[in-house]
Amino acid sequence: MTQTIVIARYNPELDEKPHQETYQVQSDDNTSVLDALQQVQQQDPSFSFRWSCRMAICGSCGVMVNGVPKLGCQTFLRDYPVGLVITPLSNFAVEKDLIVNMEPFLEHLSAIKPWLINTAEGTQPHVQTPKQLAKYQQFANCINCGLCYSACPQFGLNPEFRGPAALALAHRYNLDSRDQGKAQRMPELNAKNGVWTCTFVGFCSEVCPKKVDPAAAINQGKVESAKDMIVSAFKPTGAR
Amino acid sequence: MLQLDMDIIVVGGGGAGLRAAIAAAEASPTLDVALVSKVYPMRSHTVAAEGGAAAVTLSEDSLQSHFFDTVAGSDWLAEQDVVEYFVQHAYQELVQLERWGCPWSRKNDGSVQVRRFGGMKTERTWFAADKTGFHILHTLFQTSLKYPAIERFDEYFVLDLLVVEQRVAGVLAIRYSTGELVQIRAKSVILATGGAGRVFHYNTNSGIVTGDGMALALRHGVALRDMEFVQYHPTGLPGSGILITEACRGEGGILLNKDGYRYLQDYGLGPETPLGEPRNKCMELGPRDRLSQAFWQQQKLGLTGDYQGHAVVYLDLRHLGDKHLKERLPLICELARDYVNVDPAKAPIPVRPAVHYTMGGVMTNIDCQTSIQGLFAIGECASVGLHGANRLGSNSLSELLVFGKVAGERAAAMALQNDFVSHQSIAEQTARQQALLSVLQGHNTDDSLVAIRTAMTKAMEEGCGIYRDADSMQYCLDHLISLKQRYQALKVEDQGKVYNNALLQHLELGFGLDVAMAICSSALARKESRGAHQRLDEGMTTRNDTEFLQHSLAVQQQDGSIDIRWQAVTITSLPPAQRLYGDCGAVNEGKTS
Ligand SMILES: Cc1cc2nc3c(=O)[nH]c(=O)nc-3n(C[C@H](O)[C@H](O)[C@H](O)COP(=O)(O)OP(=O)(O)OC[C@H]3O[C@@H](n4cnc5c(N)ncnc54)[C@H](O)[C@@H]3O)c2cc1C
Ligand code: SF4
Ligand code: FES
Repeated sequence: MTQTIVIARYNPELDEKPHQETYQVQSDDNTSVLDALQQVQQQDPSFSFRWSCRMAICGSCGVMVNGVPKLGCQTFLRDYPVGLVITPLSNFAVEKDLIVNMEPFLEHLSAIKPWLINTAEGTQPHVQTPKQLAKYQQFANCINCGLCYSACPQFGLNPEFRGPAALALAHRYNLDSRDQGKAQRMPELNAKNGVWTCTFVGFCSEVCPKKVDPAAAINQGKVESAKDMIVSAFKPTGAR
Repeated sequence: MLQLDMDIIVVGGGGAGLRAAIAAAEASPTLDVALVSKVYPMRSHTVAAEGGAAAVTLSEDSLQSHFFDTVAGSDWLAEQDVVEYFVQHAYQELVQLERWGCPWSRKNDGSVQVRRFGGMKTERTWFAADKTGFHILHTLFQTSLKYPAIERFDEYFVLDLLVVEQRVAGVLAIRYSTGELVQIRAKSVILATGGAGRVFHYNTNSGIVTGDGMALALRHGVALRDMEFVQYHPTGLPGSGILITEACRGEGGILLNKDGYRYLQDYGLGPETPLGEPRNKCMELGPRDRLSQAFWQQQKLGLTGDYQGHAVVYLDLRHLGDKHLKERLPLICELARDYVNVDPAKAPIPVRPAVHYTMGGVMTNIDCQTSIQGLFAIGECASVGLHGANRLGSNSLSELLVFGKVAGERAAAMALQNDFVSHQSIAEQTARQQALLSVLQGHNTDDSLVAIRTAMTKAMEEGCGIYRDADSMQYCLDHLISLKQRYQALKVEDQGKVYNNALLQHLELGFGLDVAMAICSSALARKESRGAHQRLDEGMTTRNDTEFLQHSLAVQQQDGSIDIRWQAVTITSLPPAQRLYGDCGAVNEGKTS
């Protein structure tokens, strides 16, 4: 059947600001928003958006569908009988059509030292029980899609806020039994744009397509941060 | 135009490219390493790998056994010295990833857990739930962030290599966000651009897997080796081709035809194994080429089912139970629910073969060096000689790591020895590309990118599918030649510079057509059946070691046509023997290993 979708278009070389256009696409029970966008691209080759895996794992295809952040490849037209309006991810600068500037996201991610910090050398795997793995596993499932940043009102107000995915990733490494880098990551979490910027709206966890639950990570991060700040308050300055 | 100098360029931010970049940065922190990728590294196709990565791990396993499985799996077309090096180094690489934080699945005692995989005699596949590639890629990406030597060029599209007198001098790229042409000089260049599955119609690959690096090398005279060997994965979802991992069968999943019969027992893979007791290298755990071929036979007999117009068989996981499925195959549960509306705990999943992996690629030696000095190739875009005529599942993720490291270190050594070529010597090449780009934009009257691309992928599906014959391949090749002519007249309809997606798709299609020609020409020249290359022509339906125990080398001629040459296979310790699975395989292995 034919379905109507509305898409925000913006060409920085021609348009002063984004505008909306209406398109007709063919759809059946399995047609995803990504499929629909591809059909539109066939009608108008100048239409640009990001995608790659089309199986909800590469994190490329985030867009707003009727104002809610979604992965295009995991969202189906069948669930929108009254129609869809597709716009670029909120809270990021729009570059062209549905493509936004992801650089701030990558900067936040890099800032929290998202790698295992452990100075011991070794040629065998660490021992890590399934229970120890389970402690952080959920927070390791983030596909860097950025939907949670579009959902986050604080990030909308303050783009310097490290944001849900970066803070969840910091928490992931802090919880890893093999990691010894927590002390190096805490200053970033304690800082002005760290965990305390979050006002616990929780929308980030609601929109997360991989059930990472960044809100829970941030909340647990606040507990850690509070402990860390109390401890450091009792240390002579310059000790850390 | 922007001009830059970097000591080393790694083209590709997938598992292979990231591993190489880290190795180069560790080898010599004073070198600048450019990591150039057309997508953000964590979007690379490695992210989609589900099943796992192989290395000899258990005490009852042995390097010989992994070697045997890989060589037999390759139908004796693997380079045996390369396989030896690989099986010796795979374990250390998986441990290295562990030490960088990869969340490998564990046993209760905290040691790493291994699972069964098709064609492997013993459990030796490391996994991170059913998101192994995802975790490998993110671990590598996040680890790469700690090396200041690595400078990322995210969303830069490489459109040509700069080569001076058979020495690599750098690359030309388009910066996607601005449309600017960028010339990067370098002392060594590593191609890690992934496979070419997208030249086929039904495939399990991400949209970006378009064969770019293979074509880049081919156009500069480097041979593509063993291109006729294209792996069909037996279990893709109908329509989309989305992969349902082999790990499902490793866990005990079974394949049924429309009558609920486990048809694999009829194709030399039996006898039927009891439900819930999968046996390595038997039935559902036979190698991929055999399983995909069995599907084709069943389809011919009218024994496949139908899913919205697609012929399918059924992957039954119900006996594994809801809890086990959610724990071990969570992604599969999600994919089945989202894309075919099936809960695997309650109903079998409809599946069909889809193109999955290109065994062939840019020819390199065991050090990952190509015939152009300073140019290396690794990962799926390369043919280092590990997979021969058929790749065993879970060997390729380990390959990315083992040979990524080799290439990174070699490229670093080379960069320390060499100097940049002069700007003057690459000026002409750069100017030529600039001129080509400047006339690309315009309007098409009666042709389109989509029309040509669809015609190519359909032609490949029909001409170079699971079973092949001379007529259909010749038809395919003629068709490709005419598509290439149409392509030459094609214009890019988007007139802009910023994020011009149409331009990138245009360039990708050009690469794809060259690679498709190499695949089809190689397939025509191999007049035997081996591994993933199965012919129906008379006198060619079996393996013919007298004439074809050789690698095919596809070399592009001035006029764009492909010339095929042959290269002897390196055999160190395992002389060619029959390739047997199921009960027969157990006998066969006792004899030869
Ligand atoms: C669905 C699926 C599941 C799989 N599961 C397994 C498994 O369980 N076990 C296993 O061993 N193997 C598996 N494989 C195979 C394995 O995942 C791939 O072979 C491997 O990931 C390829 O890695 P790579 O680094 O070579 O390339 P990729 O990960 O494909 O990366 C290619 C990189 O090159 C860049 N690039 C390409 N062209 C250009 C250009 N023109 N300019 C700039 N950059 C460019 C891309 O941006 C990307 O960063 C699977 C494959 C698929 C399709
Ligand atoms: S936490 Fe969830 S929503 Fe946020 S980037 Fe990661 S996967 Fe996306
Ligand atoms: S295309 Fe990869 S997440 Fe949607």
